[in-house]
Amino acid sequence: MRYSFRAGAAAIITAAALLATGCSTPANSPEAGGSGSGTPVELTYWAWAPNLEKVVDIWNQKNPDIHVTVNKQDGGDPAVTKLLTAIKAGSGAPDLIQAEYQKIPTLVSADALADLSGTAAGGTKDSFPAGVWDSVTLGGDALYAVPQDTGPVVFYYRADIFENLGLSVPTTWDEYAAAAKTIHDADPSQFLGTFSSNDAGWFTAMSQQAGASWWGVDGDAWSVNIDKEPTQKVANYWGGLVESGVIDNQPMYTPAWNTGLNTGKQVGWLSAAWGPGVLSGNAESTAGKWKVAPMPQWDASKPATGNWGGSSTAVTTQSKNVEAAAKFATWLNTDPEAIKALVTETGIYPADSAGAKSALTAPPAFFSNQPDFYDVIAKAAATVSNFTYGPNVNVAFSAYNDEFAKAAQSKKQSDFAKAVSNMQTITTDDLKKTGFTVK
Amino acid sequence: MAQTATRTRQKPGAPPKTSPRGKNAKTRILTPYAMLAPAIVLFLVFMAAPIVYTLFLSFQKKKVSGLGLGKGSTTQVFAGFENYISTLTDPEFGASVLRVLAYGVILIPLMLGLALVFALLLDSRRTRAGAFSRTAIFLPYAVPAVISSLLWGFLYLPNVSPLLYIFDKLGWAVPSLMSPELVTFAIANIALWGGVGFNMIVIYTSLKAVPSEIYEAAKLDGASEVQTALRIKIPIVAPALVMTGLFSMIATLQVFAEPTTLRPLANSLSTSWSPLMLVYRDAFTRNDIYSASATSIVIAAATFIISFLFLRIVQKRAFGQEN
Repeated sequence: MRYSFRAGAAAIITAAALLATGCSTPANSPEAGGSGSGTPVELTYWAWAPNLEKVVDIWNQKNPDIHVTVNKQDGGDPAVTKLLTAIKAGSGAPDLIQAEYQKIPTLVSADALADLSGTAAGGTKDSFPAGVWDSVTLGGDALYAVPQDTGPVVFYYRADIFENLGLSVPTTWDEYAAAAKTIHDADPSQFLGTFSSNDAGWFTAMSQQAGASWWGVDGDAWSVNIDKEPTQKVANYWGGLVESGVIDNQPMYTPAWNTGLNTGKQVGWLSAAWGPGVLSGNAESTAGKWKVAPMPQWDASKPATGNWGGSSTAVTTQSKNVEAAAKFATWLNTDPEAIKALVTETGIYPADSAGAKSALTAPPAFFSNQPDFYDVIAKAAATVSNFTYGPNVNVAFSAYNDEFAKAAQSKKQSDFAKAVSNMQTITTDDLKKTGFTVK
Repeated sequence: MAQTATRTRQKPGAPPKTSPRGKNAKTRILTPYAMLAPAIVLFLVFMAAPIVYTLFLSFQKKKVSGLGLGKGSTTQVFAGFENYISTLTDPEFGASVLRVLAYGVILIPLMLGLALVFALLLDSRRTRAGAFSRTAIFLPYAVPAVISSLLWGFLYLPNVSPLLYIFDKLGWAVPSLMSPELVTFAIANIALWGGVGFNMIVIYTSLKAVPSEIYEAAKLDGASEVQTALRIKIPIVAPALVMTGLFSMIATLQVFAEPTTLRPLANSLSTSWSPLMLVYRDAFTRNDIYSASATSIVIAAATFIISFLFLRIVQKRAFGQEN
């Protein structure tokens, strides 16, 4: 979710360059199959990750029989809107598309994504953490995309301020709450974090860590499980922190929050593996003062992590070369050379566990003080909990924005619990209204 | 009318330019249509067709069978008045209408009042630096609403606002304009900043159209500047006030850019703050173009009715003395 905004900015710049080279969608070549002599298979790929075309160039050089053209998109949301329109129109969709995990059920429900379980991509299951695999299979037998990158959530904190206050890094949520109180008591303008009503993806990751899975499939029926114990626990926890005032209640990604990171008012940030990019952009003057640690845990003996952001490579139902497209998607996201290129060119955190380990050795520049940066991330990535997204994630996320904005504003713990139950009602009602069977 | 009459009288003996009578008549019938054609085509393609399609969509809904995954599981079916009923009974829609009414009550009198005062001041005989002031007041209108909302957003946010920084140093406790109680004022302020200039120009232009003999007569009768303004200028620009009032009312019902731009900056604005934001959310965030179409039709109808009623009530008084 957030990743797409970052990438979106870069995409706009690249899009300008692409205008010169012409970014029309070439028609699908009539030849089915893939390899063989004669004209190569032409594939189009809608994506917004910056510099992705450089990675695709490697493929094109090595595979003269399958030629892939990247068609730059503005970001995750516009690309999905465009794809849904093309699917409805019956033509105009690309062969491949970069799809965020939470968008997959929406796309599948619009019959936009081809099932890849019988193709080359079907055998990639062991390359990815189980939680990520669940997001591309929707918990069923079909395979709708090959995972590309993930955003395992970790805890970024100002090591210098922790040291001054004699605090150790919180390993449990109780310790996090205590640390938040110590920091805020020492300097009332400082906060260990903020509860952001703008970032549904962030709250999803928090709930995912606690064991929530907001949707589920039961035969021919969907279930909505937002208002259940794990999410209630997370909402009550943050509601308590906001009510006591030790945690900020203002949204992330506002000018005020950006400044807060730079001036030391925001002392910690629970964020994903792509966090260094945001920090180096907003908090330049604090470089070298931050460190990364695993997320605080509910149960220290069973470490778990949530996922915030990340995307996959999917093949559309309008593609005439599903086999060839799946072959490319598999190479792009599991081949060591491709992953190395993805890491250096696009700056993502790869979903492929082995690939991530071999490609990410040196820490990002902003964290040059912490040589084991990617070890921490890799450990977190291995513990991402399962989570199933449903066909109306968009509705649940917009309900999150509205309901939790009210709760964050009122600063009452009871309103946080109410926001969870309202999210449940809005999401369930929407499914029922559309005619889904809901259990 | 009078001008046309004069012109025809000027050349009484001019012969008709085209020769055969029958062909001439045919061309005469077709010419106006040919000239109207571009406007009619543009209207049909870009106004009428979308409206008809919106009307059609507002009576449809999405129907899902089973899990809704895969081919043919989602179809579009006739919904009757379902979407309209759900729009009209939606508490969120009602709340957004009330919020926009409150916003209009704050904004419109202030905006038109200020615009009138500025126009009268600029028109007064003792004005200095008139051209500069006129440009300065009008300039904010040239700033797009999204940009001005971002500008003001920075000024409202505690950690980045230079104004709040100064107030803080002075020891003044200024309430946050982004709090739920004051956020309507915060948005109205942005619209006021951007809108006063435009309305001022409209009123000022109609003041300039007043013949100077009237002012001379008033002066001879011993009327002061203030008396001239109150007794002569304001009644004369009343039609302009009605028009700017109508435009402002329509703009108020359609407020969208300012609250949408400010929303991510604070917790106090919801995604359904104004009726159009609700339409946008339903159509593009929730993928439900059917409800969004019904809500759009309701808003359009309401705008039409309110404008019509407003004109019926005010027009007689404003234009009464002209007839």
